[in-house]
Amino acid sequence: MKPIETDFVRGKWDKEVNVRDFIQRNYHPYDGDESFLAGPTQNTKDLWAMVLDLQKKEREAGGVLDMDTKVISTITSHGPGYLDKSKETIVGFQTDKPFKRSLQPYGGIRMAEKACSDNGYEVDPEISEFFSVHRKTHNAGCFDAYNAEMRACRSSHIITGLPDAYGRGRIIGDYRRVALYGIDRLIEDKQAQKDSTGRVMTDDVIRLREEISEQIVALKMMKEMAASYGCDISNPATNVQEAIQATYFGYLCAVKEQNGAAMSLGRTSTFLDIYAERDLANGTFTEEQIQEFVDHFIMKLRCIKFARTPEYNQIFAGDPVWVTESLGGVGVDGRHMVTKMSFRYMNTLTNLGASPEPNLTVLWSTRLPEAWKRYCAKMSIQTSSIQYENDDLMRVTHGDDYGIACCVSSMRIGKEMQFFGARANLAKCLLYALNGGIDEVTKKQVGPKYRPVTGDVLEYQDVYDKFMDMIEWQADVYVNTLNIIHYMHDKYCYERAEMALHDRDVRRYFATGIAGLSIVADSLSAIKYAKVEVIRDEDGIIVDFKTTGDFPKYGNDDDRVDEIAQDIVHKFMTAIRRHHTYRDGFPTTSILTITSNVTYGKATGNTPDGRRKGQPFAPGANPMHGRDSHGAVASLSSVSKLPFNDAQDGISNTFTIIPAALGKEDKVFAGDIELDLNK
Amino acid sequence: MLGRIHSLESFGTVDGPGTRFVVFFQGCPMRCAYCHNPDTWEMNAGTPMEASYIIEQYERNAPFYQNGGGITCTGGEPLMQIDFLIELFTLAKEKGIHTCLDTSGIAFNPNNAPLMEKFDKLMPLTNLVMLDIKHIDPEKHKELCLQPNENILKFAAYLDEKGVDVWIRHVVVPGLTDDDFYLEKLGYFIGQFRNLKALDVLPYHTMGETKYEKLGMEYRLKGVPAMDKDKLLDKKAAIIRGIKKRREELGIH
Repeated sequence: MKPIETDFVRGKWDKEVNVRDFIQRNYHPYDGDESFLAGPTQNTKDLWAMVLDLQKKEREAGGVLDMDTKVISTITSHGPGYLDKSKETIVGFQTDKPFKRSLQPYGGIRMAEKACSDNGYEVDPEISEFFSVHRKTHNAGCFDAYNAEMRACRSSHIITGLPDAYGRGRIIGDYRRVALYGIDRLIEDKQAQKDSTGRVMTDDVIRLREEISEQIVALKMMKEMAASYGCDISNPATNVQEAIQATYFGYLCAVKEQNGAAMSLGRTSTFLDIYAERDLANGTFTEEQIQEFVDHFIMKLRCIKFARTPEYNQIFAGDPVWVTESLGGVGVDGRHMVTKMSFRYMNTLTNLGASPEPNLTVLWSTRLPEAWKRYCAKMSIQTSSIQYENDDLMRVTHGDDYGIACCVSSMRIGKEMQFFGARANLAKCLLYALNGGIDEVTKKQVGPKYRPVTGDVLEYQDVYDKFMDMIEWQADVYVNTLNIIHYMHDKYCYERAEMALHDRDVRRYFATGIAGLSIVADSLSAIKYAKVEVIRDEDGIIVDFKTTGDFPKYGNDDDRVDEIAQDIVHKFMTAIRRHHTYRDGFPTTSILTITSNVTYGKATGNTPDGRRKGQPFAPGANPMHGRDSHGAVASLSSVSKLPFNDAQDGISNTFTIIPAALGKEDKVFAGDIELDLNK
Repeated sequence: MLGRIHSLESFGTVDGPGTRFVVFFQGCPMRCAYCHNPDTWEMNAGTPMEASYIIEQYERNAPFYQNGGGITCTGGEPLMQIDFLIELFTLAKEKGIHTCLDTSGIAFNPNNAPLMEKFDKLMPLTNLVMLDIKHIDPEKHKELCLQPNENILKFAAYLDEKGVDVWIRHVVVPGLTDDDFYLEKLGYFIGQFRNLKALDVLPYHTMGETKYEKLGMEYRLKGVPAMDKDKLLDKKAAIIRGIKKRREELGIH
């Protein structure tokens, strides 16, 4: 790589692609409070009013304002789009105008067609024909390779939400590289990577060479796309505005080509702060200007849209993009990584108002500066828009330059990616164990014909053993199905833009997931500590339960049942680990059904814990609704006991509380008599 | 020794400073008309628990109570089980846990020497007392709580003498405890104490009513509306006026 001219502190980063090194050598931790922040400029207010107006029109139009039905979206497929060119300091939309959803058929043409037709549009018949006859899609590839058992598991929802008809997402490009190095150096680096592959043309080497070639094409297209907006990103950014713009262009390329289940941004704020600090010191920009750039950047992120079907929106409870941005955290050298830019990102919630996107995620550590903690708490109370994750836990395995994809999936930026694998329905698996593989809803033989439970009262050891056997089977069919999905996704819907902003040799997490953990834990607890009688239908299939007596319930910090939950997670993960994974993916699992718990519940019959057929599951690792009776800390404690080593893709807990229960209003109760007396 | 405990709450945010582990004691001799925990009145009920068990429950989740939190004993009336309370707070102090006692003070009796010994033992183990003065006027107090307030007010003086930090709590019920005259009088009374650290004025709410229905008990405040939060600030101001007046007289700044 040709050397970079720079007045930043040099290190490894100016000789190799190494953004972390640049950050560590150049960032300034900020210990102060939010008082330096600037409000929105008039231009920001005007632009945001236009976005709000478009949002309103979109709602009135039934959820979609405009869709592209003719132009297949690529990095360069569309000309520039603007809200008001004269006012935007950060530019770029997915198509040639805001709120127009792009056409992305590579994941599956039927999904693309349906997304259009359900919203009153029709895909150009020529495109439909092309992707049905001449060019196979990811979706078609998967179904070519699936066997009968996989299809049965899919339709009975024992494995569910699989990314076989839509983009898998969950890959974070290191978009900062565009700003730090410029496209030309990145191409040069990729060319060198291609020249460095093995000389024996095995499948792996051939695939890698082809992929790097695709990545180089994507990089060239990024440059071209940026040029259409009048921006040259061939070389490193020279100030904070250019750095934000280049970073955003990198991200924009990803969302132009991938309609992924989660399209996250990474960890950009502290990186960008380095440019901001220099510009402030040099007098290049004022605080107000820098906040304006950030506001316009975040505004753009709030306008990312995809064409999706109502069924998709049902699974994900809405139309999420998961533009997750990770803020703060602590470095491995002990310095915290909160900068003024972390505050500026958070300040967009004030300047533009509360919003679920981008998903601002605070990497929480006990060692974060107090002023930042207080500001986060304040903004949480005001906007309910902030997510928190445990940096002290994740830093151990991921270091200090990881980001969160989607909701909880952690990965080192530019060095690790993930194969997203949806979820296995463990509650249904337990019912299969009782019924010898017969689905309790459809009455079809979906799982293997193992011996069903025979008596009228469930016996713990008997059920547990049968359940473990069924988990082995479930893990087997689940991992194999995912192997097909990711093979086909790489083949027909490769994420060239995101992978162009990764190292050559990345670690691939092979992510699986669990749904229904609390139901299984409570069910097994009921069988162990109370008396559970089975009720069979006319065909002898167990369809209901009669439970007598009380039993420990997950969510009360009671080890008797919490240990069951821990054991299930461990056993499931052990079963997953026994399998071959595509591209030697590193197997992980998540306990994370944030929103799809409703859908999974619909497809699952009565369970021994007393949950009725069709009733929603608890989200993620949450206890079942209303069963935690010892307060929030006990409930959180049950969740926090789940082993992270066995659920490295993350554990989520959805926590809702009325503000009054979090403490007294400061107007009513000062907590200090002197304050009251001096008012 | 076993305590009779109504319940444990792991996430208390309104019962003392910080996030607190709250122990609800079973049994209370007061019969406050607005009490929202009538299920804690009965003396011979509750779950028997060892003090060590309660501390163990606290310690399991100790990180949640760091940075200014701790344990709060409330109820019911914790002082009705003063021996157990002493044992519990002794254990807590051994572990360096911040202790808070939320009480009506009704169990205090300066004429009972053996009991006073126990109080003298308890005070050094207590970091903070939240003393709930229901009404400053003896007659009105009796109407409201079916108990006299004489010893309660003496307890307040005793706490000052012992130098234990005190928060005074007062519930404002429309038509019953919202008369500015008495509020100012209450303020004047507590204004003399140098250990007063905070004043917590609580608005009456009607959420307790359904509990009475469930328990098949008569609710004396049927039809009384919840306290308007905006008016609450005026009521608090009345108490503050009383405090200031007394402090000026005594030259306390």
